[in-house]
Amino acid sequence: MLEVQNLSMRFGGLLAVDGVSLDIQEREIVSIIGPNGAGKTTVFNCMSGFYKPSGGKILFEGKEVQGKPDYKISRLGMVRTFQHVRLFTQMSVVENLLVAQHRHLNTNMLAGLFGTPDYKRREQKALDRAAYWLERVGLLDLANRDAGNLAYGQQRRLEIARCMVTEPKLLMLDEPAAGLNPAETKELNQLIISLKEDYNVSVVLIEHDMSLVMDISDRINVINQGCPLASGTPEEIRQNDDVIKAYLGEA
Amino acid sequence: MAAKNYRHALFCAIVTLIISFPILGFNLEAKGINITLTGAKTSTIIAVVLAAVAVFVFQAYRDSFTGLLGKLPKLNPLADREPMEQTKKAKLESWILTGIVVLALFWPFVVSRGSVDLATLVLIYIMLALGLNVVVGLAGLLDLGYVAFYAVGAYTFALLSQYTGISFWMALPIGALLAALFGLMLGFPVLRLRGDYLAIVTLGFGEIIRILLNNWTTLTGGPNGIGGIPEPTLFGMEFGRRVKEEGNTSFHETFGIAYSGEHKVIFLYLIALVLAVITALIIRRFMRMPVGRAWEALREDEIAARSLGLSRTAVKLSAFTIGAFFAGFAGTVFASKQGFISPESFVFLESAIILAIVVLGGMGSQLGVILAAIAVTILPELAREFSEYRMLIFGAAMVLMMIWRPQGLLPMRRIHIKLNRQE
Repeated sequence: MLEVQNLSMRFGGLLAVDGVSLDIQEREIVSIIGPNGAGKTTVFNCMSGFYKPSGGKILFEGKEVQGKPDYKISRLGMVRTFQHVRLFTQMSVVENLLVAQHRHLNTNMLAGLFGTPDYKRREQKALDRAAYWLERVGLLDLANRDAGNLAYGQQRRLEIARCMVTEPKLLMLDEPAAGLNPAETKELNQLIISLKEDYNVSVVLIEHDMSLVMDISDRINVINQGCPLASGTPEEIRQNDDVIKAYLGEA
Repeated sequence: MAAKNYRHALFCAIVTLIISFPILGFNLEAKGINITLTGAKTSTIIAVVLAAVAVFVFQAYRDSFTGLLGKLPKLNPLADREPMEQTKKAKLESWILTGIVVLALFWPFVVSRGSVDLATLVLIYIMLALGLNVVVGLAGLLDLGYVAFYAVGAYTFALLSQYTGISFWMALPIGALLAALFGLMLGFPVLRLRGDYLAIVTLGFGEIIRILLNNWTTLTGGPNGIGGIPEPTLFGMEFGRRVKEEGNTSFHETFGIAYSGEHKVIFLYLIALVLAVITALIIRRFMRMPVGRAWEALREDEIAARSLGLSRTAVKLSAFTIGAFFAGFAGTVFASKQGFISPESFVFLESAIILAIVVLGGMGSQLGVILAAIAVTILPELAREFSEYRMLIFGAAMVLMMIWRPQGLLPMRRIHIKLNRQE
């Protein structure tokens, strides 16, 4: 489904990402792990179109997408979350989900001004879909609150819901468990698995919480200082000497 | 702590002296062909010194003063009551808006001609402020050259009427659309800019338009301006004493009433009122439409908005275009009201005043912006005797607002879309 080939990203003299390759199949959860500053988020930024990679190819469903503008990549069905939650804080929870459905709505201004049947139908559909996802992540009771007033864990869940209403094929989560307590992490764990099982979404995950990564990943890629270090199933990664060295230091 | 307070107070008092003494303490007197500098009356100098002392005392004991002020609102019986519910507030706002419109409908029939004229100007400013509110308040793009689109609307009508004899009603959509086109054109180069940089570029654009109008003498008449702009007609009826254009009839003859100059003023006022109401309604509608949500989303967090498939280009351009469209509207009405326009009417100060209205009113809030437009336009007229100090009062009002109500008169209350749970 998604294939990253030999991706590299250079910022001036710094080669932040060097020759990283990824391969994500349909209905698969793939994790990217590595020490801080290894270039994981840079890989994400390249994949989601925020950066134009200096080299390499990104193929999404067989088509090259590297260097395309971010909003076009998102419309293809690759949607991401952010390391630091980025919600529209002064808008209500449900409005956050409506903004995400912009391209599913009738954005013709005249249609909106006169409230044509098609416009109303699509608005209603968007509201329904928003309600469905709020229910799914347990935020339905807070639908009309300002998004900025939610607790941190709720904001994280809202961000995932906001991605899901766009009906993505591939979800990119950047440290979704950061700042969550163990109970919340467990919920997140189940949510991600359910996204894969029930909604046929592939997930790429950047995460530091090893128990979460080992639990849900089908495969894991390890990056160290911008270079690919290892890749394989959780079991293989657990026993890989290079990975242990990079994480624990040499004995 | 106390020493620091006194030092600060002394500094403030000296600043007061430095500012006020040269302005108030000296007079320029013309003696023959020479101008001599004379000292002001002793009373003035005493007043200046007293003012400095007052500043010193206030600054030195500021904490205790503000403490006293803090207790004051308790005297207000309404201060402690529960805040109103959001939906109630929104309803109240619609009622107040409707009330203002109804009041405005009867206004011209009870007051003098001068007041109606002034009210028309207020309505023009309301249109401008509502339009700028889209760009600044909703989309969060600081535009300091908004007056350019106003000028485009006004000059479109003036030039078209001069060269092709077009009527007000034809010019209205053309002026607005042309202004919108200019908004689109300005939008393209500034897409990547934000904040300060955007403000500078838009400021430049506003000046370019004004200087162009000033110097393109062959087309625009330069600083001499364009006169003889026709007034609007009502279904081919003119409001002048004599019919100017062939085929038209005059209003007073058709209805068999005596000619009165007031008819024209009132008619223009009503047109402005209808246009202002239409502007307010359309923008209100936009705010709850996908495009309105996209503006706000882009203002709140551009990166998140883009990651969700919103095109920055399309959203920003739509805000600029729609804002400019309504400025074009206002410009056409302005040209028709004045009958004469020149680049003088479209200086940077106009942009600043419109922006001040939006900020004073509360960015994004329609009712606030309307009230602020009324206040900012009418107050200088009421305070004509203090006309020398007009800018001073204006500045002082701005400073006080920023201290006590930085969010504006009526901060924006978003029209939330409610999710009603269906069981």
